[in-house]
Formats: sequence, C-alpha cells, structure tokens
Amino acid sequence: MTGDGGQARALSGRPLEELTLEAAVRGDLSPADLRVHPDTLRRQAEVAEAHGNPQLGENLRRAAELTALPDDEVLAIYEALRPGRSTAAGLADVAARLEAAGAPLCASLVREAAEVYARRGLLRPA
Amino acid sequence: MDAGPDQPDQPGGPGGQPRRLGRFIGLDARPVNLDGFAERDDEAGLVAFASANDPEPSVALDADGRVTELDGTAAPDFDLIDAFIAARGLDAEVTEEANALSDVAFARLMVDPNVPRAEVVRLAAGATPEKLARVVALLRPVELQMAVSKLRVRKTPSNQAHVTNRLDDPLLLAADAATAVAYGFREVETTVPVNADAASNALAVLIGSQVGAGGALTQCSIEEALELELGLRGLTTYAETVSLYGTEKVFIDGDDTPWSKAFLCSAYASRGLKMRVTSGGGAEALMGAADGRSMFSLESRCVALARAMGAQGVQNGGIDGASVVGCVPDGMRELLAENLLVMLRDLESCSGNDALVSESDMRRTAHTVPLFLAGSDFIFSGFGAIQRYDNMFGPSNFNAEDLDDYLVLQRDWGVDGALRPVTEDQLRAVRERAARACLAVYRELGLADFTDDHVTEVVHAEGSKDVTPPEPQAILAASDAIMERQLGILDVVRALWATGYEQEAGRVLAMGRARVAGDYLQTAAIFDEQMNCLSNVTDPNDYQGPGTGYEVPAARREQIAAIRQQRSRAGLLARHAAGHAAGPRVAGSPRTEDDTATPEGSVPASTGTIGGVTRGDTDGVTDGITHGVTDGVTHDATRQRAPLDPPGAADPASVSRLVSRGPAQPGADPREVCIGVSPALGTKLWFTMSGLPVGEVLEQIVAGIESEGCSARIVRVPSTVDLGVIGLTAAELAGSGVAVGLQAKGTALIHRKGLAPLACLELLSIAPLLTAEMYRELGVNAGRHAQGRRPAPVRNPYTDQAIEARYHAEVVALIAIERGESVPGAPPVDLEVER
Repeated sequence: MTGDGGQARALSGRPLEELTLEAAVRGDLSPADLRVHPDTLRRQAEVAEAHGNPQLGENLRRAAELTALPDDEVLAIYEALRPGRSTAAGLADVAARLEAAGAPLCASLVREAAEVYARRGLLRPA
Repeated sequence: MDAGPDQPDQPGGPGGQPRRLGRFIGLDARPVNLDGFAERDDEAGLVAFASANDPEPSVALDADGRVTELDGTAAPDFDLIDAFIAARGLDAEVTEEANALSDVAFARLMVDPNVPRAEVVRLAAGATPEKLARVVALLRPVELQMAVSKLRVRKTPSNQAHVTNRLDDPLLLAADAATAVAYGFREVETTVPVNADAASNALAVLIGSQVGAGGALTQCSIEEALELELGLRGLTTYAETVSLYGTEKVFIDGDDTPWSKAFLCSAYASRGLKMRVTSGGGAEALMGAADGRSMFSLESRCVALARAMGAQGVQNGGIDGASVVGCVPDGMRELLAENLLVMLRDLESCSGNDALVSESDMRRTAHTVPLFLAGSDFIFSGFGAIQRYDNMFGPSNFNAEDLDDYLVLQRDWGVDGALRPVTEDQLRAVRERAARACLAVYRELGLADFTDDHVTEVVHAEGSKDVTPPEPQAILAASDAIMERQLGILDVVRALWATGYEQEAGRVLAMGRARVAGDYLQTAAIFDEQMNCLSNVTDPNDYQGPGTGYEVPAARREQIAAIRQQRSRAGLLARHAAGHAAGPRVAGSPRTEDDTATPEGSVPASTGTIGGVTRGDTDGVTDGITHGVTDGVTHDATRQRAPLDPPGAADPASVSRLVSRGPAQPGADPREVCIGVSPALGTKLWFTMSGLPVGEVLEQIVAGIESEGCSARIVRVPSTVDLGVIGLTAAELAGSGVAVGLQAKGTALIHRKGLAPLACLELLSIAPLLTAEMYRELGVNAGRHAQGRRPAPVRNPYTDQAIEARYHAEVVALIAIERGESVPGAPPVDLEVER
C-alpha cells in the first residue's frame, strides 16, 4: 500500500474495514463514509514528497484543507477564481474565509491569484 | 510547381496544360493525399520545434531562491503561466545546475541507460520550460523511444478506452464499457453528444466498467463544474478534462487561469478523486493565439505548469490539436516528444493517440507505433473501444475496428500494449451482463425502463447503428433525475445488490473505498483486476538498459501470443481428416458464386472453408477470420464444379481408393506421362490450399493428359518433399520422359527427364488460387510436351494481395506434415485410383 490504507478512516471517522457491502446494503453508510479523510491526504502528501514531488504534496495538502468545505462552497471558490469573475475585495474575502476555515494553503493560493490577476487585468472592476 | 529550365512545355492537354502523368493521377487518389499539409509558418505558430520567436532559455534567482527571470522574461512582465511556474514549478536547488548543462549533455543523460531515471528527473525538475524543450528537441525518433522506455513513471504499461455512442444509449454504454474492460483497458472515458445526458452516461459506464472484472477507473468528460460534481457523487472515479494552454490568451479564452485550475486539482483530490490535466500541441495555433511560438515550446510550458499545479499526470501528444501538429514538418516527432516532456517532469503520461491523425492507415499507424513499442503509462488517452462513428470525441487514431490489428501488433513485436485477446463467448457474456445490470439499476432507481429486446440488440450490436434508438426524452429524464435526487455511488451499490448483481455492487463499492484509502492519488496510479494499486510508489519504472525494466511476464506473453486467429498443425490435420471423413458431401457440394462473390479488394464476410470444413479452431473461439481469397474471379472458379465432373457423379474425393500397386518401373510407352505425388497426398492431406479435393485435382490432370491422346500413370515419390525432385523422379519413370509433379497443398509442375530439379518446364506456384481448370490445362500441356510440342504455359493466377501473409503459416504446417510422411531412400511406387 502506498500510504497506510489499512488504517485509513473515512471523513466520517469510520474505519476503512467497516466499509463493507453488508453495511452499504443495510443502509448504514452515508456519503461521508466514502469521503477521504484529511489525515489520509496529508499522509499521501508525505508519500508524494518522499518520492520527489513536492508540488503534488502541496496539492494534496490543499486538498486536505478542502475536505472541511461543502461541495457547493468548493464549486463557488473555483468559480470565483475564474477570469474576470471576482473583484480584488471579493478574492480577499474568499481568502479570509479560507483562512478562517483552517485552509491557509488555499487562502494563500487565492491571495497569490489576486495579486497576479490585478497585474494582468483579470479582476472584475469593483 | 515550377517547370524547371530543362522541362520544355508539353502541348497536348486541354487549355495548354501538359498532359498529367498516370503516376501522379494514381498517387493523388491515395488516402494520404486527403490529409492537409502546411508550410512552416512561425508567425502563426505552425512550426513544431524552434520557432524564430521562441525565447532563449534563462533563469535567475534572488537571494531567497525566488525566480526573478524565466526564459527571457523578467518577473514584472511574467504572464499568468510564467508567474505560476516561477512561484512553485522549479526546484530552486537544481535550477542553475540544470540550466547550465549543455543541451547535448542533458539530452545524452536521457538516453544513456547507465544514468538512472532518478538523476534525469532530478535535473528536469529544475529545468525551465524552454530549456527542456531545447534539450528534448535534440532527440531523434529512436532516441525518444529509448528515453520514453526509461523515463515513463509506471513500470507496467496500461491503456485507456473511449466509450461513447451517438444515442447516449445507457445499455449500449454499459455493454461497451464491459467490452473495453474485457479487452484489458484500465480507464474508460465517456462523453456526451447531448450535454444534459452526462449523469446518465457516467452512471451507465460506471456499471459496465465493473462487469467481468473490477478496478477500472471511469470518467465523463464535460464542462469542468459538472464533471467535478459527477466526481463528487462518486459516479466517476477520475477526471482529465482540466485543460491547460501554453499562452495566456488561450488560457483565458478557455475561461480559466492556472490558479482556478490548480484549485480544481485540489478540489478533486479533496474528494479522493484521481485527476490529470490535458494539454497538447497545436491548440494555441488552432485558436490563432500562439504568440508566434513553436508548438513544442508552448507545450513545454503546459507541462511545467501541470507539475507546478501539483497534478499527478498529463494527457498530451496532440489531443484535439494532433492533426494541426501533424500538418507541419517534424509533427509526428513533436507529438512523441510531448509525452516525454511529461515523463521528464515525473508525471503520469496519458499519451494521446486519441485523434485520427490521417486518412492513411499507414500514416496513422506510423504515428502510434513508436510510442506503442516504447510503452507508456497509458499508450492511448482514448483508444476508441467503440465504432468510429460512435466516438463522440471524434474518431480516435485506433478504434474498435482496429482491435484485431492492435492485438496482432502486440504479438508481432512481443510488446505489452496492455490489451488481450477476447473470445466471442467471453464478450457475449460480459455484454449481456452489463446491459442487464444497467437495465436493472435504471429500473430499480426509477430512472428509465428498457426492454429485453433492447438488451438483445445491444449485446449483438457492432455499434449504435444496430440498435433501435431509445427515446431521447427518457435518457434526459433519467439524467435529470440522477442530478435532482442527488443519486450517488451508494445508491448504485444498493441498486446493483437489490437486483442480484452482488459482485458488481461489491466492485463499485470498492471504487468508493479506494477514495478513502487515497493510494490512487499517487502518480500514474491504476488498479489491476485484483484492486492492487500500481503507481510510481508501488510499481516504479526501473529501466536501465537490456534485462531491466518491464519484462512481459510469461503468462502475459502467452496471452499476447494466443490471438484467436492462431492455428496449429494438429488442428490442420484434424480438419483434413474430418473433411475427408465427410466424404461425398465434401467433394460433391457445389457452391454458388454468392458464397464468395465479394467486391474487388474487400475481405469477404463469409468464413473461409476448406472443402466445406470451416477453418475456425475447434476451441470455441470465434471464426471471424476470413481465409477466403478476395480475388473474386479466380476464387469463384475454385468453388465451381469442374465441367468434367457433373453434380451427382462418383465422389472424386475418395482418394482412400488411391491404392499402391508396388514399386514403379520405368515405362516404355512414348505417350505415357507420369503424375508424381508427394508423400502426404491422400494419406494425411486431402485438400489443396484452394479447397479442391486432391482426388479431383488428379482427375483433372489425368483428363488433360488423356485429351491429348496420352496415357497417365500416377506414382508416389515418398522419399522427398521437394516438388522439383518429385516431378523429375516421375519424369524419369515416364515412357515419354515427361511428368506432372503434385504436392498435397496443390502446387504443381511439369518436368522432363534430364533437366535439373529446379529447372522445370512449367510451374503453378500460387496454390491457394489454382482452379480445377488450371490443373486440367496443366495436364493438357504435359501431354503436348510428351509429344515434343511446345505449348503456351498455363498462366499463374495473379493477385496483388498479401497472399503469402494469408497462407504461409498453413504452408509451413502442410510441408511439416509432408516431411513427417516422407521416407528417405524409399523407392517410387505405382498408385491406382480404384473406381
């Protein structure tokens, strides 16, 4: 196994070995039982870094942060980062919310984007 | 074209134009001349490598290791792509070392098997996009192949399929996904002709992909946000439609930035989904915004960006722009070099070959073969596992019509192209199960209802043209329901289980568990059919020259060899024996011309036969191979009864009545012509390669000889398989000194005493095309030679087809059987046909 899949828990906290067909057909599993846990993503980030790919590691660490956000919020942030969608203040706000939600790496990605977008004319006028 | 100074004007054509040469008229009609070719145009970006406008490679770092200059651009002028790469794309510790290396020295490291992959990857991590582009551009095609073998990430090669259809028919999608998995594809990509059908297509492909074997990854290529949503629900298990471009203008036209795409990468990973990005040369030129740069220079920026974003892999090698790359000089080399760029950045290569690059079979094959031989993480980023017309991405470079060609290419080269032969029974079983499972799930979830008749159509269909189109509104409604009710992977698992598809339910759930484990987020990860995760971590490429790296395992070699068209000597003997035992039916069944009448140059659809015995193997494998000769004229003739042999006459195939009459002595009658036959004729082999019973062939030759007022005597020459010697030996026995020699496979000649064995008078060499009439004419000519006349030789039939490819395997078996029957030193014996 790449990480330590045997010990992995789902986002819900349920251990991987409890994700059985019996549990699924009994209706015992919820979508959160099939979601990856941030700890697992951080362990996979360490594996990627140990194999010489710090960029993949950073991506997986950003991903670990995003596990806490609901789907629609993730989609909304993606939309805000598309060209011409956000004002400078809008992106600053997104970054602040990410920071507050325990997602500092994602926040820093958004701030960096805001800086470059300003220089390249990709911000929506306020 | 200008006429050169020494090419005077040639009058004669209309309008004063010189008359066209047949050579060029013929060449103009060749498929390759339907392709477009463009002159190099640097300003338009129609240049594969090294545009005049490509920057010089450069890099500068400040005291903190921050990049302040990248490929000729200073930090304040960085565009989006420069800025993102500069921020996190280069390993500051090696960037100066890598960029200081001479291009040639760097290029040699890539090819040298003594330099470990890890060392090349370490340096490449610091190379600027332009530096890497310059270095890779130095590699010749064979050197690119060497570098690809060494530098691809995963040791075990794999393959991806496209599974789509014109109708978005869920049952057909499921059956075709199962078909792809049966052939060995480990990723299955679908898309939609109708955007709103996306959820239904994703569901159908997910179900089908887990029939027959587990672990294949699936995706649905659509608009970014919708694709992500389907992934979040667990209806897909990977994504690759995150497109990158090499110029800022095109990137923004694509409604994204490197930051939005990087965020998307993280979003996929946050839900445990594998993803890769897509780039590929020619896209910028196609959008009219290449900034005058070469395709390869821009692609190198895309790949550096992919690495900087933290994507684990890249789909490139042209992709949608493949034909744009293909139209310029060095284009095909550029496409292969794109794949290498990805490997150098230590990313998974999903290597293109997914757009039909030429109308010429020769040219499109030549595009794919170098990478196929070298091996890749995914040799195709979409082999069309469906009919060309059903591929909603547009035809792939290889499609379902080419599957047998591909399997044969694997076998020819002993190369693992990641596919395997499939029998008709296997395919029938998985197609039926997939279609029924899909029907059951749609019914169970209240999405749509399909009939058993529709299942039957789908199972047997070659493509969507063979099925009754389902109601389009029904598929739209199903798709809407999936989205509105937020159906996801657990609903699919429960529906499969409730309808009796417990195994598939378990496999779909296993794809969900894989997300929780997260191992398949590592570079180049796939699951094998036992759900083992193969990636750069668990299955790293360790190629370091001959004897290292991926070795095709013994069992896999056997699988690759065992194509369904393979024939054995034992099978050939059994077919001959069975055909002989069938007796009168074999020899006496006249065939209508319709059996074999085919248009010139096409392959007949009917199964080839030897004297009424199908040539298919007896192991249950399909009989799809056609051994029929497609030269309609000559072959049809072999299917007709000879004029001497009216239907209902005594069975001429009964050579069991070819009886030995003791040692042959030289004859005295000057009108006697001998017919020397080979050791296995009428002992083990009863049919010539053109399907004629050997008894009938002998009768025709005898009749020809007798029609010239000569007598015929049949002798067996058991001591040799050499037809020249057989004929010569018989000639030495003949009173006239002239003989016909005949091998069981049908090759025949006329010989005369005193000539060298190979210097015969006439030879009918193309056994598969010989007809009863030709044998009769050969007998006539033998009679004329016996009388000292000099007849016009019987013309050999002619074909421009690959007649040797078609029959040489069988010839080897036939000759081996002849040799087994031969008795060195044994004297010739007289034979008699008992009536």
